[in-house]
Amino acid sequence: MHQSSLLLTVPNTLDSMFLAKIEVGHHLYWQLGNLKLHGQVFLTSWVVIAILVVASLAATRNIQRIPSGLQNLMEYALEFVRDLAKNQIGEKEYRPWVPFVGTLFLFIFLSNWSGALVPWRLIRLPEGELAAPTNDINTTVALALLTSLAYFYAGFSKRGLGYFAKYIEPTPILLPIAILEDFTKPLSLSFRLFGNILADELVVAVLVLLVPLFVPLPIMALGLFTSAIQALVFATLAAAYIHEAIEGHGGEEHESHS
Amino acid sequence: MDPLVASASVIAAALAVGLAAIGPGIGQGNASGSAVEGIARQPEAEGKIRGTLLLTLAFMESLTIYGLVISLVLLFANPFS
Repeated sequence: MHQSSLLLTVPNTLDSMFLAKIEVGHHLYWQLGNLKLHGQVFLTSWVVIAILVVASLAATRNIQRIPSGLQNLMEYALEFVRDLAKNQIGEKEYRPWVPFVGTLFLFIFLSNWSGALVPWRLIRLPEGELAAPTNDINTTVALALLTSLAYFYAGFSKRGLGYFAKYIEPTPILLPIAILEDFTKPLSLSFRLFGNILADELVVAVLVLLVPLFVPLPIMALGLFTSAIQALVFATLAAAYIHEAIEGHGGEEHESHS
Repeated sequence: MDPLVASASVIAAALAVGLAAIGPGIGQGNASGSAVEGIARQPEAEGKIRGTLLLTLAFMESLTIYGLVISLVLLFANPFS
């Protein structure tokens, strides 16, 4: 995506405080063939992925009957994710979708929190800055498109071509709206996550720019809270869409998208 | 950037967030009021009500966030500049 952006730099007196600089739309570009990649997103998401992989390997390497420490934590996370999927998708169908929904939740949660908790800005890049992977629209769009694919797959594998009956189910007049819905779902999913995370970081950055000490702390805490809720919302909605695709028009109670 | 486009973008960005905050504000107020009512009537259901409330608040908040995304696009990635 081309972004001709203006850089909100601090006034000259504060210029030495590179920590309090706001950069939106500036990226560390990597060239891969014809593609321009946003390098800083890759770096941070690799860190997040590494943390997740190492944590799950370390937790399952030496499994005890009475869990303690890391194993306890990961079991708690697994139970949380399983309950989330069970609540949305239903007792019968939820099991195969636990890995997908759980991965979404854990990855988004850890990315959001890494953006708020890890002092990325201490590591200087030639251009752009390290931040949460989810404050780049490309990451969230990728996650949202994966969700779309997942619920299409769920509908197909469960009901075959009968899945398309949902487009004309109550009446064919609603066909355009039903088709439009398939586009608005990933759009709203990705924009919600992207906007929330970027807004959090911007608010914190602006406050840090105004008052560098202590004042931004409550907002940062609020940001942590919102990030966690957004991860939950993304995973919940993904599970709800999958449920809707599996169940057909039985998903009225989950009509709360957008 | 053309100064006319720049000023129009800034005004539009402000309006986008400001107007987008009205509806969700009313909605969040209604939802929180009902939640408090529900907790007062049935204090033992507080945990469940709080969970649902937070989820609904996040949904309503996302409407404002859409406006915010539009205004961020206008400010930082303006397609007309």
